[in-house]
Amino acid sequence: MATFKVNGFEKNLDIEPDMPLLWALRDELGMTGTKFGCGIASCGACTVHVNGRAVRSCTTPVSAVEGQDITTIEGLAAMAAGTNASVPNLTAVQQAWIDHQVPQCGYCQSGMIMATSALLASNPNPTDAEIDSNITNICRCGSYPRVRRAIRSLANA
Amino acid sequence: MKKISRRRFLITSALVGGGVLIGYSATRPSRHRLANTDLAQRGEHYVTSLLKIEADNTVTVYVPHSEMGQGVHTSLSMMAADELDADWELVKIEQAPAIDLFANGDIIKGFAREFGVPSFLEGLVSVSAIKVAELMNMQITGGSSSVRFTGEFGMRTAGAAARQMLIECAATRWGVTAEECTTQLSHVHHNASGRSLAYGELAADAALLEPPEDPVLKDPAQFTIMGKSISRVDIPAKVDGSANYGLDAKPAGMLYAAIRFAPVFGTKLVSVDAGDVLSRRGVKRIIELEDSVAVVADSYWRAREALKLLSSVFETSAKDTTSSADIYAGFERSLADENGSKVIEQGDTEAAMESAADVIEANYRVPYLAHAAMEPMNCTVHIHDDKVDVWTSTQDALGIKARVAKIAGVAEDDASFHHSYLGGGFGRRLPFNWNVIDHATLIAKEFEVPVKTVLSREDDMQQDYYRPAVASNFKAAFDGEGNVLAWHNRFTGPVQTPGASHIPYAIANQSIRVVDGDTHVPIAAWRSVDHSQQTFFTESFVDEIAHRAGKNPYQLRRELLQQHPRHRKVLEVAAEAAGYGQNLPEGHALGIAVQESFGSIVAEIAEVSIGSNNEPVVHKVTCAIDCGWAINPDTVEAQVESGIIFGLTAAMYGEITIENGRVAQNNFPDYEMVRMATSPEIDVHIVESGEALGGLGEPATPPIAAALTNAIYILTGQRVRELPIKNHDFSRINPIAQV
Ligand code: FES
Ligand code: FES
Repeated sequence: MATFKVNGFEKNLDIEPDMPLLWALRDELGMTGTKFGCGIASCGACTVHVNGRAVRSCTTPVSAVEGQDITTIEGLAAMAAGTNASVPNLTAVQQAWIDHQVPQCGYCQSGMIMATSALLASNPNPTDAEIDSNITNICRCGSYPRVRRAIRSLANA
Repeated sequence: MKKISRRRFLITSALVGGGVLIGYSATRPSRHRLANTDLAQRGEHYVTSLLKIEADNTVTVYVPHSEMGQGVHTSLSMMAADELDADWELVKIEQAPAIDLFANGDIIKGFAREFGVPSFLEGLVSVSAIKVAELMNMQITGGSSSVRFTGEFGMRTAGAAARQMLIECAATRWGVTAEECTTQLSHVHHNASGRSLAYGELAADAALLEPPEDPVLKDPAQFTIMGKSISRVDIPAKVDGSANYGLDAKPAGMLYAAIRFAPVFGTKLVSVDAGDVLSRRGVKRIIELEDSVAVVADSYWRAREALKLLSSVFETSAKDTTSSADIYAGFERSLADENGSKVIEQGDTEAAMESAADVIEANYRVPYLAHAAMEPMNCTVHIHDDKVDVWTSTQDALGIKARVAKIAGVAEDDASFHHSYLGGGFGRRLPFNWNVIDHATLIAKEFEVPVKTVLSREDDMQQDYYRPAVASNFKAAFDGEGNVLAWHNRFTGPVQTPGASHIPYAIANQSIRVVDGDTHVPIAAWRSVDHSQQTFFTESFVDEIAHRAGKNPYQLRRELLQQHPRHRKVLEVAAEAAGYGQNLPEGHALGIAVQESFGSIVAEIAEVSIGSNNEPVVHKVTCAIDCGWAINPDTVEAQVESGIIFGLTAAMYGEITIENGRVAQNNFPDYEMVRMATSPEIDVHIVESGEALGGLGEPATPPIAAALTNAIYILTGQRVRELPIKNHDFSRINPIAQV
C-alpha cells in the first residue's frame, strides 16, 4: 500500500512500491497534467513538487514519497492559495506564462512551470546562470527565450 | 505568380435556433452541398461548416487543422473574424471534427486546379504516389500551409461572404441600400438613421440567402484583428495541466500496451519466450505481430516492466551489419558512379570548369535525425460493435480515422476520431508515418476494451521515420578576378522538397543533379524537410566561395542577389540589426545564411564565440523574415524562435547513427537538445513585403546551421562540412582575417 498526499488530498494506492510516481499519478489516479517525456530523469516533463522541492517523478518510486506532500500542476494554484479563497486561480508563474505567451505545443510546460515555481520559491531573484543550472528541462518547441523572459519578469516583480 | 482567383462557392444552411452556417467549397457540385443535404435530413444540430453565427451573437469558427503550438486555431479564427467584422470577444473557436466536410481537400483541390499539386504537399514522402483523389481525404496540418491555404482561401472568404449577407439582410429590413450600411463589432449599422442590428438578430434571415460567389476581401488597411498580436486561445489550458494530448486519453476500462519492434528496419518477429510474464501483476496478454511483440496490461508501467522480461527473436537480415559508415560509403559510390537526374542544368558548367582560373571543391554530409517530439508517439483504439474510436495526436485526423477504420475492418462512417492537442509534430505525425497507428489498431483488435499503445522515448527514437542522411558534393569555378562562373552540385536523394537545392544567386552556369540515396532506413518529412540539409550545404558553400574570392560573405550574397530584392532586404535588415560590420566583443564572430522556403524568406545571423571548453557558444541569433505579412505578429516571432532552436539542436547535437542495422541512440542523453543554458538570445524582425502569405512553422529552421558554421569558420579557420558540430574539435584555433 502506498500512501501520500497529492495536492492536499490523501491517496492510498494498492500498487507496487517500485512503481514510479509518474505512473501512479497518470494511470492510477488519472492525473494526466504531469507528462511522460523520457522516463529517465532527462527531460523534466514529469516534474512535480515533493514537499515543495522539484522532483522528476518518472524515476521516483512511490516508496520514496511515502507519507510526503506532493503537488502537481493541477494543484499548484490551489496549494499556493491555501485557505485564502481570494487568491486568483493561477499562480504568478502561470500568469507570467500566459502574459509572455510561453507555451507552444505545451507538452513540456507542466514540468517547466513546476521547475520554475520551485526555483523561485527558494531563490526569488535568480541570475541567468542560476536559471540555466536549475531549469534543465527540455522544450522541443524551443520556448526557452520566453521561459527566460517570464522568469525575469517575476524576478523583477 | 499567377493571380489566384478568390471566386469560391459558398454554402449557407440554417441552424435550429435561428443561426446561420457559412461554408465554402472550391468546386461544384460540392461535397459541402451534398453533405449538407444529407446531414440536414439526419440531424438538426450537425455543424457543417467553417463559421457559425448564432442568435445570441456568438460566432463559432471551426478550424480544420491540428494545434501543435503554432497558434493555428487563433490565427485562422482571426482571419475569419476580421473579414466578418466580428467582435473578437464574441468569437468561439472549435476544432473541426474529423469528418470529410472539413477535409483540406477542397482547398487543395481549388488550388491544384490552378497550379497543380501544391509544393507543400510534395514535401511528404511518396506524395508522387498519391492520387489527387486521396489528397481530398486528408486533413493535413503540415508544410506550413494552414494559414496560407485554409486561411486565405477558406477563412477569409467565409468571413467576407457572411458579412456581405448580413448587410444585405439588414438593408432589406430597413429598406435601405447595402452601400449605406457599415459593420463593426458584430453589428450592422445604418449611420444615417442611427439604427443597428446585432449579427445574431440577422442570422436567421441570412441563412435563407445564397452566399455571394465572389465576396470582396478587405484591404490590409481595413484590418481590425489581423496584424495585431492576440493571445493564443490554446495557452491557458497549457499552464494548468488541463490541456489534453493524445497520451492523456482515458476512456473507461482502458488497457495499456508496451511494444518491442524489430530493431533492424524491415525484419520480422520469429519467436517469443514469455517466461512467467503472464503471471505478473496486471498483465493481460502477449500479442505477437508480424514485426513486433506487445505486452498488454492494466497500466503502462506494468506492461513495460513485463516487456523487459520477455525474450524475443527477430529474423536476421542482410542489413544486420550495416552501419552509418557503410551508408556513407554507398553515398560516395553513388556520387562517384551515377550521372543522376537533373535538378538544374543551365549554361555550360563543364566548359566553365575547364576554362576557369580557379576551381574549389567541397564535400558535405549530414546524418539521420529523429523528430523527438516531446509527446512520445501513442494511439488509443477501441473497437466495439462494428465501430471504432481512436484517440491520437496527429497532423492528419481524417487520414488517421480512415487508416484505423481500414485496419480495424470497420466502415469509415463508423469510425470516430477524438481530437487532442499535439505534443509536437514536426512531421512525425504526418500521413505515412503510421507505425504506431497501425500497431495500436492491430493490438486493439484483440480486445473489447480500449487499448492505449505507447512508444517509450527509446522506441520513439529507434522507430522513427528520419530526416534522411545526405551527402552533397560541390565544385565552383572562378575567373581571374574571383567572379563565380559555375556551380556544380551532386547530392544523394531522394528529393522530398523540389527546389530546396536551388540557389537564388546569379551564377550563370549551374549543374545540380541528384543521385540515388536509398537505404533501409525509413525517412519522412522533418521540420522544413529538404531545406534542413540543403540550406546547410548551399549556404556553407556560398560562404566558401566568398572567402576563396577574398570577398565579404555578406557583400558577395548581396551582389549575387540583384534579381532577388526580397532576399536582399531580409539580409540587410538582419545585418543592420545584428550590427554586422561593427565592432563585436573580443572573440565573437558573425555568420550569415539566407533561405527561402515555404513561401517565406529568412536571413539569420549568428553571433558565436568559442567557449572555454572549446565548444562553440551561440550568443545571439538575429533573424529577419519576410512572410508576406503577419496575421499574429507574436505568433510569427514565437515560430521563428522555435524554428531556430530546432535547427540549432540539429546543428549542434543532432545525430542518429546506424550500427548493426539499427539505430544506436536511445534517449535524450545520446540525442541531446539545446536547453536553457545553450539557448541563445533571439532577435526577430518581421519584414512585411505585402506579398503572398508565407509559411511560418518551418522557414526559420533551415538557415541556422550554416549561419553558425560560417561564424565558426571565421573564429577557427575550420570549415564544418559534416554535422553535428559536437563531433568537431576546436581546440586549435586559427582565425580568419575578415574581409
Ligand atoms: S519524463 Fe521524467 S524527466 Fe523526462
Ligand atoms: S512547448 Fe512544446 S515541448 Fe515545450
